[in-house]
Amino acid sequence: MDNPMNPVATFIQQTYGIIAVEMQKLRHDPWELASRAIQPVLWLLLFGEVMAKVRGVSPGDVNYLDFLSAGILAQSVLFVAIFYGISAIWERDLGVVQRYLVSPAPRSALVIGKALSASVRALSQAVVVYILAATLGVGLSFDPLHMAGVLVAIVLGSGLFSTFSLIIACIVKTRERFMGIGQVLTMPIFFASNAIYPISLMPGWLRAIAHVNPLTYQVDALRSLMLTNSASEYGIATDLAVLAGVSALLTAVAAKMYERMGY
Amino acid sequence: MDMTVSGIPAGSSIIDIDGLTRRFGDFIAVNAVSANIAKGEVFGLIGPNGAGKSTLIKMLATLLPPSSGMAHIAGFDIRRNAAQVRRHIGYVPQLLSADGSLTGIENMLLSSRLYGIPRHQQHQRIAQILDTMGLTEHAGNLVGHYSGGMIRRLEIAQSLLHRPDVLFLDEPTVGLDPAAREIVWEHVLQLRARYGATMVVSSHNMDEIDANCDRIAMIDRGRFIAVGTPAELKRRLGNDATLDDVFIALAGEGTDAERQKSYEDVRQARRAAREHG
Repeated sequence: MDNPMNPVATFIQQTYGIIAVEMQKLRHDPWELASRAIQPVLWLLLFGEVMAKVRGVSPGDVNYLDFLSAGILAQSVLFVAIFYGISAIWERDLGVVQRYLVSPAPRSALVIGKALSASVRALSQAVVVYILAATLGVGLSFDPLHMAGVLVAIVLGSGLFSTFSLIIACIVKTRERFMGIGQVLTMPIFFASNAIYPISLMPGWLRAIAHVNPLTYQVDALRSLMLTNSASEYGIATDLAVLAGVSALLTAVAAKMYERMGY
Repeated sequence: MDMTVSGIPAGSSIIDIDGLTRRFGDFIAVNAVSANIAKGEVFGLIGPNGAGKSTLIKMLATLLPPSSGMAHIAGFDIRRNAAQVRRHIGYVPQLLSADGSLTGIENMLLSSRLYGIPRHQQHQRIAQILDTMGLTEHAGNLVGHYSGGMIRRLEIAQSLLHRPDVLFLDEPTVGLDPAAREIVWEHVLQLRARYGATMVVSSHNMDEIDANCDRIAMIDRGRFIAVGTPAELKRRLGNDATLDDVFIALAGEGTDAERQKSYEDVRQARRAAREHG
C-alpha cells in the first residue's frame, strides 16, 4: 500500500478535506454569509428592543438585550445547523456524496468533517452577533478565555445540531420532506429552551423539556461566557460536557446512517 | 506499465463476481450475475436504460449492499472488506458529480485528502494527472464553467489519484457530444496503457463499446445474457452483424407486452430505490 501516513494523521486529513471544501465555497461566494446575517439583526433590533421594555423577563438585574444576545447567537447557530442536512440531500442528488462514500475515508471522518463545516458557518454568524451586540451596548466580555469558551460552545452546538440534521436527511432523503420536518423541529428546539426567556417562567412540563434540550446548555454556556454580568445556571463544565456527549452519540449514529446516502 | 496499488499482474483475475443479486422490493434489478474480469481489461457493460448496469456497478463500488451473492475485488470481499476494496477502486458516477462551486484543483485536493495521499505527494500527483487529462490550464477555474466533457475528464482524474486497480465508469459519455465522447474514450484507453488499471465501463451506446472494449457483458433485465469479446459475440450472428443485432437476437425472447411491463417495473423500482434506498 502506498499509504505510509499513520491512521490518526490520515483521519485528520480526511476530515479537513471536507472542511476545506466549505471554506473554499465561502471564499468563492461570500454573499451567502451576508444574507444569513440578516436574521439575527432583525431579532435583536426588532424583537429585542421591544421586549427590553417589558419588566421581569430577564432574571435579576440582567438587561434583557444582554440576556437575549446570547440566545440569538445560539439561535442563528441552530438555524444554520438544523438545515444543514438539506445540503447533504442536495449533494446526494448531485452524486457528490457517492464520491465521498466510495473513498476509503472512515464514515466518522466524513460526518465529523460535515459537522465542523457547519461550525465554520456558525462562527461567521457569531462575528455578526458580536458586532451587533457591541453596537447596541450589550455588556460583552472580551476576556480571551471567555471568547475561547464561546468558540468551543459554538463549535459543539453547531456540530451537534448539524449532525442531528444529517441523520434526518439520511432518513427522509428528499428535500421536500426535509423542509417540512426542519420547520417542525426548529420551533420546539428554540422555544423550549432558555434562548429568549428564562426557564423559570415556564410551566413545569415545558421546563422538563427544556432541561433535556441541548440548546438550553449551549445558551447557558454562551450567556455566562459572553456577558460580563451573567452567571451560569448549570456550570460551564456541565454545559460543555452535555454538548460533547450528545455530539459524540449523534456522530456515531450518523456515521452508520450516512452510508445509506450512497443509494 | 503497472502503477496500481496492488501490483496484481496484468491478465490475472481482479474482479470475481459470484451470483450477485440486488432486489428493490419485488423488483430484481440485478439477477444472479457472475463473471471474472482480468487486470488491465477494458470491460464494457452494455444494455438498455434500467437493465441493471448502474446497480451492478454501485454494488461493486461498495455503495449499495447486495441482496445476495458475493464479489471480490483485488481479493477483498465487497461486503466484509469494503474499506479495503475502496482503496483499490475508483468510481465515476453517472451524474456529473464534480463540485461546480469549487475549482478543478480544489476538487482534486479534496480527493487526494479523502484518499489519504501524503501531503508532499499531493501536488505532484495532481499536476501529473491534470496534465494527462489535458486540464492543466483550466485547473484554477470554477468547475461550474467547465464543459460536460471537461467535467468528466476531471472526475476521471479525481478517481485515479490513488492509482486504483479498477476504475468504474458509469455511462461516462452520456450527454456528451460526439467529439467529447471520443476524447473521453481516448483518455480511458490511454490511462489503461499508462497505469495498467482495469476499466469497467457501462454504456447504452453499442458502437462505442464495440470500438473500445476488450470484452463486454450484455445485460438485459438484470441478467448477463452474453459475455465475450465484441468479435465473438458478433460471430454468433454471422458476418455483417452489429452488437445491436446480437443484443436484439439474444434479448428478443420476451414479447413487447412483457418488455413494456418490465420498463414500468424499472421506473417503479428506481422510484422505490430513490425514496427508500
